[in-house]
Amino acid sequence: MKKFLLPLAVLVVVVGFLGVGLKLNPREVPSPLIGKAAPPFSLPVLHQPAKTVSNTDLKGQVWLLNVWASWCVTCREEHPVLVELARQKVVPIYGLNYKDKSDDAKAWLKQFGDPYVMSLVDEKGRIGIDYGVYGVPETYVIDRDGVIRYKKIGPVTPETVRDKILPLVKQLKG
Amino acid sequence: MRSALAALLACAALSAAAPLHAQMREAPPIAEDPALEARVMHLSTELRCLVCQNQTLADSNAELAIDLRNQVREQIKAGRSDEQIIDYLTARYGDFVLYRPPVKTTTVLLWAGPFVLLLAGLAGLVLTLRRRARAQAAERAGGVDAAARERAKALLDEPGGRA
Repeated sequence: MKKFLLPLAVLVVVVGFLGVGLKLNPREVPSPLIGKAAPPFSLPVLHQPAKTVSNTDLKGQVWLLNVWASWCVTCREEHPVLVELARQKVVPIYGLNYKDKSDDAKAWLKQFGDPYVMSLVDEKGRIGIDYGVYGVPETYVIDRDGVIRYKKIGPVTPETVRDKILPLVKQLKG
Repeated sequence: MRSALAALLACAALSAAAPLHAQMREAPPIAEDPALEARVMHLSTELRCLVCQNQTLADSNAELAIDLRNQVREQIKAGRSDEQIIDYLTARYGDFVLYRPPVKTTTVLLWAGPFVLLLAGLAGLVLTLRRRARAQAAERAGGVDAAARERAKALLDEPGGRA
């Protein structure tokens, strides 16, 4: 009996590790940008291409940056959640229209609703690289001083809004 | 017969055209500067594609990988060193972007783990071998102890035994 104790203990430890491993999502790469200043940008506005907006224009408020594209299927899934969040008027949502065609993007917003205060056009995806974007959609919470406080990779769900985004926004505003 | 010949010719024509077509689609402006391209590729093999995570930037054809390779190329052209480019990418994507994770307190187990396991295995092997050698030596020396001898004798002498 005693002979089996050691292999059994090893098995339990291995199963423990494997169990934890199953729950981890390898797609979620922790961002090194959290707690750092949001990278600077100066980008044209989707609906007013002549106008450019930079990150310094957005300082002094807590805001969300949502990276989206009309070609992104998961963005459709997430979109109603953002529309609902925008309706509550708790926090302004700015869109980063990532590697998209502006006409497609506008048509997409017309079809599904536009939760964004404005969408900024990152046609070549350069700003996306600065923000460490690797899988659209991604969402950032940025505080008054322009520091990134939270990043959600993948679609924002009602649970994310309830458990992460809203409490954090409240805390940052308070 | 004639249709067979036609089919054969068509096949030959297609197979001649196909690689040409593939080349036309895939050939990015590489030839400009082979040395530059070699450095881009060398650096890209050290970097991970974040979309298809088990591929290097050099292997991957994901759009982000192409963008990142272009970034690497631009920065090399701008005269930045390999370290500067790697710093640029880790500042945005974290250590995960490195195919070879750096040795840090959080990665000590990762780096040292296999060697620790190897040592533990070797230690186990040596111990087992030694124990076995000792047991065998004892046996050779007729080292079956008195009590065992007694028990064996009792079994053999047992009346009504199977033998």
